[in-house]
Amino acid sequence: MRNNTTGFWYVVKSLLSGLRLTWSHFRKANKRRTPEYVSDANYFKQDDGLVTLKYPYEAIPVPDNGRYRLHNEIDDCIVCDLCAKICPVNCITIDSVKATEDIGTTSDGTKKRLYAPTFDIDMAKCCYCGLCTTVCPTDCLTMTPVYDFSEVDIKNMVYHFTDLSPEQAEEKKQLFAKQQEEMAAAKAAALAARKKG
Amino acid sequence: MLAFLLTLGALLGVVIVLAYAERKVAAFMQDRMGPTEAGPQGSLQAVADVLKLLQKEDIIPAAADKKLFKLAPILIFAAVFAGFAVIPFAPALVPAGIGIGVFYLLAVVSLDVVGLLMAGWGSNNKYAMLGAMRSVAQIVSYEIPAGLAILSAVMICQSLDFQEISYQQGALMNQFPGMEYDMNWLFGIRELGINTTTIGGITTWNIFRAPILLVSFIIYFIASLAESNRAPFDIPEAESELVAGFHVEYSGFRFAVLFLAEYSMMVLVCLVAVILFLGSWNTPLPNIGPVSLAYWTSGTVGELSSILWGIFWLLSKTFVLLFLQLQLRWTYPRLRVDQLMHLCWKVLTPVALVVVLLAGIWRMLMI
Repeated sequence: MRNNTTGFWYVVKSLLSGLRLTWSHFRKANKRRTPEYVSDANYFKQDDGLVTLKYPYEAIPVPDNGRYRLHNEIDDCIVCDLCAKICPVNCITIDSVKATEDIGTTSDGTKKRLYAPTFDIDMAKCCYCGLCTTVCPTDCLTMTPVYDFSEVDIKNMVYHFTDLSPEQAEEKKQLFAKQQEEMAAAKAAALAARKKG
Repeated sequence: MLAFLLTLGALLGVVIVLAYAERKVAAFMQDRMGPTEAGPQGSLQAVADVLKLLQKEDIIPAAADKKLFKLAPILIFAAVFAGFAVIPFAPALVPAGIGIGVFYLLAVVSLDVVGLLMAGWGSNNKYAMLGAMRSVAQIVSYEIPAGLAILSAVMICQSLDFQEISYQQGALMNQFPGMEYDMNWLFGIRELGINTTTIGGITTWNIFRAPILLVSFIIYFIASLAESNRAPFDIPEAESELVAGFHVEYSGFRFAVLFLAEYSMMVLVCLVAVILFLGSWNTPLPNIGPVSLAYWTSGTVGELSSILWGIFWLLSKTFVLLFLQLQLRWTYPRLRVDQLMHLCWKVLTPVALVVVLLAGIWRMLMI
């Protein structure tokens, strides 16, 4: 029995201790970890029981300021294009159409003067750096706690945030063009009147 | 024919339960959840697996030896299933009660090896071939300690008939034709003068009435793990090196049959262990004076009560052993091939030989 790590009884003991270990885990299988956030006092105190999280049914809460899926609150958006400019991977595509008059104000009181016929964010390209949310002047572009949004078709990864249908967008465009024409006509008329006079 | 269908049905039921239990037990021992989606607590998972396998395409590799490849799963399952023919499920309930049941069982289960080799060779795949070779080497080797362990039980019981061995291990002994006047003694030693014939229960189980058989039981149990290719003796299937061993090329229904044969083998070796060493279908509860627990939990021979009690006790004991098999699988690491052979030839076989000798001497004390 050198170092007490050889010999028949040592082997028997070690075999039994192995069985004891699996049995103790088996016995505690009625307990389960609760999905708690890491800051909860209980988080590191759940030594026993099943550790599996039944994911789609339960989930560990995510940090409040974590960086997950983007969301744009289009009602608050002034279509300033800052987010698209700062985006390092160019995943934000914005088209703007000038409005003929003030459309309204955002929730923080900024005047809205642009329509956004296109406000697309390609979440498949997004690198979750969060730069767009920091530059957003009206805080309408935010990160939500949603992280499970895989799609079968990659086209569905492009999120459309515009509140205008293509027809409406076309209408706004024509309205603006008409206004411009009218203004140009008025200007031309004024110019002609001045020449005459 | 009725016995065939009933046994097959019961076997399928037990195997389904076992396949589900295997996954659940494994999961619980590793702090996982196991199947949870199919049915309550995932209990229909094994059924779903079988249904899936039955729908799958039956792929036969172009380079395979088609005859051997097709025949092998049938032979393997037939060999294992034939073993169930001599298993007594209750007093007066045995599919085929033949006098040389133990011998027949050992012989017919050995055919399994031929099937394994056919599957491995016929697949024309290096992993299958290596797996089959290892499997055959292992099974043939471990049949020797297993056979010797069984032999010691047979020597104590002086019978090759499973039903007779079963009757000997309980309070119903004297109801077996030919053993009306036989008696059981505590620890099988007549000199002690304590007659346990009517006490029955655990005191007449083979491991109790001849304690030397406890050693045989352990030897048999270890060897039976190797014979059914279970961990820690699963080198024939060693996933990490041989993918799946001899059944790597099988798919669909044929794979299902191989899977069924593997689990049937587990059930069979556990049944044999229970019958030879753990009192067969006899109740573990002894008669204590006026409290005749053994009689109350055995029923009347020849009536439905005895059949139900017998099946209940036999299956309970078998499931305990099966659970142990599962627990061993999820506790111990796989043996290397040289360790495997060392254990068989240098440890189990000599010990089994000594036990056979001692069992012979013990038998002298019993009469």
